[in-house]
Amino acid sequence: MSNAALEMEAAIRVEAPPFDVAKVRADFPILRRRVYGKPLVYLDNAATTQKPRRVIEAITRFYEEECSNVHRGVHWLSQRATDRYEGARETVRRFLHAAEAREIVFTRGATESINLVANAYGRAHVGRDDEVLITAMEHHSNIVPWQILCEEKGARLRVAPIDNRGDLVLDEFKNLLSHRTKLVAVVHVSNALGPVNPVKAVVEMAHARGIPVLIDGAQAVPHLHLDVRALDCDFYVFSGHKIYGPTGIGALYGKAALLERMPPYQGGGDMILSVTFEKTLYNTIPYKFEAGTPDIAGAIGLGAALDYVESIGLPNIAMHERDLMSYATHALLGVPGLRIIGQAREKAGALSFTLDCAHPHDIGTIVDQEGVAIRTGHHCAQPVMERYGVPATARASFAMYNTREDVDALVQALHKVVELFG
Amino acid sequence: MPELREIYQEVILDHNKNPRNRRCPPEANRIAVGHNPLCGDKITLYLLVEDGVIRDVGYEGSGCAISTASASMMSEAVKGKTVEEAEALFCRFHALMMACPQGAENGRRVELGKLRAFAGVREFPIRVKCATLAWHTLEAALKNSGETVSTETGSE
Repeated sequence: MSNAALEMEAAIRVEAPPFDVAKVRADFPILRRRVYGKPLVYLDNAATTQKPRRVIEAITRFYEEECSNVHRGVHWLSQRATDRYEGARETVRRFLHAAEAREIVFTRGATESINLVANAYGRAHVGRDDEVLITAMEHHSNIVPWQILCEEKGARLRVAPIDNRGDLVLDEFKNLLSHRTKLVAVVHVSNALGPVNPVKAVVEMAHARGIPVLIDGAQAVPHLHLDVRALDCDFYVFSGHKIYGPTGIGALYGKAALLERMPPYQGGGDMILSVTFEKTLYNTIPYKFEAGTPDIAGAIGLGAALDYVESIGLPNIAMHERDLMSYATHALLGVPGLRIIGQAREKAGALSFTLDCAHPHDIGTIVDQEGVAIRTGHHCAQPVMERYGVPATARASFAMYNTREDVDALVQALHKVVELFG
Repeated sequence: MPELREIYQEVILDHNKNPRNRRCPPEANRIAVGHNPLCGDKITLYLLVEDGVIRDVGYEGSGCAISTASASMMSEAVKGKTVEEAEALFCRFHALMMACPQGAENGRRVELGKLRAFAGVREFPIRVKCATLAWHTLEAALKNSGETVSTETGSE
């Protein structure tokens, strides 16, 4: 067992209550529903996770008892809503282990967070012939904003390669860092193949040359313990809906010194201190980046989701999911003609695979009939698919509420595919 | 609940396993590309059209069972037909997939025959685009539009 795993187990013994998957499942109302008369087996968690009752109730409570705008009214309700919204920001800070709540900007999700950095930081610091460095396993949302920026500025987007197993080739990554590199943007856990990137090493290599690093944590936060200060990354982004929170809300973590120097992203209310037609004074961080009325209920829902995850304990969740991943890997390899795409040393949450006899799309349709929800297609990561020479894959992705029985249901459904097509 | 055998009929499974006319005819004079990037279905269609008649059809590409069988069965259905007949058949097939009486009226001069097997795909709305990709690619080849065709409307 690795040191990290030992530490994790020690942490469980000290802090977290014992993990009971049946109890966890009872917290998620949707898991009781049936699809085509069969129990729902939800294995599409990398697309979005289901929501525990606590999150649904927090949103309902806001609308039923606390609904008001934030940061502007003197009345009781507005103060209450502001307290709840800022309370959620503090929860995100605590979850990410950031130094200060003002380093947390609420956004619509990981994608908007990346666009914010590309626009506000990128446009100020990336110029002609400069470079932005990403990796070959990025999701479209960590490719396209940089392409747009590079095109506008006459800069170049460089791509660090991955090896056949799906691991980032660190030497090549290091060789691509140069005096031209103005920003590094790297996914923490790939949604398509599931590998965990060595982000600590990435940050150290980039910082050795004074280059700031953005980490896309959309697929990492539900599975891995995170400490942005220990990691020392400059920006960290994630989406609420992939960690049991509502859709339409997410966050950007940025080091205060960087955020303070960045120009605003969007203009409007709440991001200003004073406005005249001649001159506008911008608000302080994080409000400078939160123009307009934010998704208050969403932020409160996200706070409730993170509270819930903390109450279960990330080390517990990680252990449970690691067990599921290894059980699923063995079980899937028992299906004739099944190939797992991406054999990275360390994986979290997702297994991508193909079958010799059937296209992923047909696999998806057939297992759906058995009540099993998986994702098929390119997973918004077309360059990754090209790297492995497959047009698409089927992907099973796990959350804390999944069980070995869920994996068994998937495997049984896959045998039906083989029966029909084999 | 829609039944799996409605979508995966024997004739569809057979054409998926042994696609007919999957080749590039050397004398082809029309070409069109169909691509559904979300699914990963891709087809390059070649036609040899002479004197208003489709003398030869071939295609290359990869895709799911529905799109592969559809391309194979389309190629058999239009080979030897006039351009007008092929267009009428396109209307007829489109009408079958979309349950659209107007299209059926426009294509009344031609018979669907084996292509009726695709009626079951209608029960799986998300898969209709797989069945129609080859046909829209045929339409593009006949019109010589030179554009890549897609039957996906969503995007990611």
